[in-house]
Amino acid sequence: MLVVGLDIGSVAAKGVILDRGKVHRAMIPTGWSPRDASEELICKLLKISGCEREQLDDIIVTGYGRIAVTGAGQVATEIKCHARAVAELYPQVGTIVDIGGQDSKVIRVNEQGRVIDFAMNDKCAAGTGRFLQVMANALGLDVSELGEHEDSNNIVPINSMCTVFAESEIIGLLARGTSKAGIIAGLHQSVGRRVAAMVRRIGIDGEVAFTGGVAKNPGVRRALQEELRCQLLIPEGCQFTGALGAALLGQNS
Amino acid sequence: MSVNLEDFMSIRGASLMKIKEAKDEGQKVVGVYCAYCPREMILAAGAIPVSLCGTSEAPIAAAETVLPRNLCPLIKSSYGFAATDTCPFFHFSDLVIGETTCDGKKKMFEIMQDIKPVYVMQLPHLHQLDAALELWVKELRRLRSTLEEELDVQITDEKLWEAIRTVNDETMAVKAISDLNKMEPPVLSGMDLLTVTWSRSFSSDREKLLTMLNGLQQELAASQQGQARVKKPRVLLTGCPVGLGSEKVIRLVEEAGGLIVAMENCSGYKTLELQSDTELDDPIIALAQKYMEIPCSCMSPNPYRFELLERMMEEFRVDAVVDLTWQACHTYNVEAFEVGNLVRKKGLPYLHLESDYSSSDLETLKIRIEALLEMVV
Repeated sequence: MLVVGLDIGSVAAKGVILDRGKVHRAMIPTGWSPRDASEELICKLLKISGCEREQLDDIIVTGYGRIAVTGAGQVATEIKCHARAVAELYPQVGTIVDIGGQDSKVIRVNEQGRVIDFAMNDKCAAGTGRFLQVMANALGLDVSELGEHEDSNNIVPINSMCTVFAESEIIGLLARGTSKAGIIAGLHQSVGRRVAAMVRRIGIDGEVAFTGGVAKNPGVRRALQEELRCQLLIPEGCQFTGALGAALLGQNS
Repeated sequence: MSVNLEDFMSIRGASLMKIKEAKDEGQKVVGVYCAYCPREMILAAGAIPVSLCGTSEAPIAAAETVLPRNLCPLIKSSYGFAATDTCPFFHFSDLVIGETTCDGKKKMFEIMQDIKPVYVMQLPHLHQLDAALELWVKELRRLRSTLEEELDVQITDEKLWEAIRTVNDETMAVKAISDLNKMEPPVLSGMDLLTVTWSRSFSSDREKLLTMLNGLQQELAASQQGQARVKKPRVLLTGCPVGLGSEKVIRLVEEAGGLIVAMENCSGYKTLELQSDTELDDPIIALAQKYMEIPCSCMSPNPYRFELLERMMEEFRVDAVVDLTWQACHTYNVEAFEVGNLVRKKGLPYLHLESDYSSSDLETLKIRIEALLEMVV
């Protein structure tokens, strides 16, 4: 059985191919065309795994670009896919936090890995990867570097939740000579606090997993763990969780 | 679903023609915004009660030159239609009746006075209190004398009882149609159900409307026999009022493969169990008792809404509940917490959405709705 799971996100398109127990992964920027991105991604996955397109049993697509992709066998929401993947990786998890490029989600799952409740951020970028990306630009860093640059012993509180206002706020702080490392810690705290509030609304049951691209950032991990007062389980290749879940759904169907 | 709803879709147009003719002949028209307005009183005064526009995004930009942006879209749309004179029903109204349901509406009505005479009824919010009912009875008597004065008519008890029977019958007919959706598969999609229940409030011919409703009920009941179809998730919609023009959540649920089988909202099932007691001596008390029972979130406490929701979840064999709050509607927004608890206690998936009339959030609504439907086994 050979299945492909694609997660066409707002920033990156992630793909997983499951080839008789072996897992291959690939990621490319989504760019402006989710359709082209998914096509390119499938080619890349086939090349890595050394398989032919005709051999594919199924393609399952998730992510905001899910409907733009033609020829997909099935579509599923990211919520279902993250739940499916985490149930496979960590059966003991009851609550999942997923922070991606344009939204953050909290998902409650039962013992069978079924979604029983979820919450998503409102129509605003606060508490998402986009928020961190805009702030990284203002600080002259790449978003991937933020985590290693924080000084968590010197957290500068960032009060604005709104991405636009928070950017002005940190530009003001920088102008006053405030420590950059402290500001970065403050940004992570801001995301952590925002997402933790959403977690408390949905509730914690069992252990908590943290998935999505933002889970790679050690600063956000630290902040969220402090806010929730618990250890987070983070899958290796956390940004592929949705794509893995999609592939697993295809394998089961 | 091959039922012909064209008669219902053309109610607004047909009604408008009739209203214009009636106006030319000297009949009065009274515009109504809310389920709390006792239409019986207007009918008994020999005037035409008609719903006013407030379910479209179009006039909101114009309304925002006067009203704050962060306000419920229903209030902004209602005011915008009035201010831009784009609602023909408002245009033809001699008088508009409002109620102090929520803060936004009552303050908006003060501003609307500059455009058209608006008569505002003081609606008490403490629902299970004798003093509240007493005040409401007094308010209905005040409405009666105001209408008599403004429209230069006499509202007799006899006329009131007649109007009460008309509205009771109409309510029963709409309920009979809505109840057909308890079957599997349901006879009407959510969009069709909305077309029927929302459009009826624009009708200016009660007799014809009743005939149409009863005819539709019989047609639907007959067409139901022996139908088989793939089972779709049955969704109950609750929360803020929805009409044609603001039906995006119904549309999205049905596009995603679900079916809205019932709507616990103002133009839907919220008022359908309520009948005026025709055994009483005083028609005003009969009306007051009925209207006080409407389970709007402006009531505190609001136990009937929870009873009704619980019963609807069972009787309509619901698989999931969507609770829609329009932006800045505090009472429905806060009450959503308790609605969520009730639904989850029943073991059903629950989705609370906060939105407005714009299409800016269609994608984010869609993902939530799809995820809700995925939760249905």
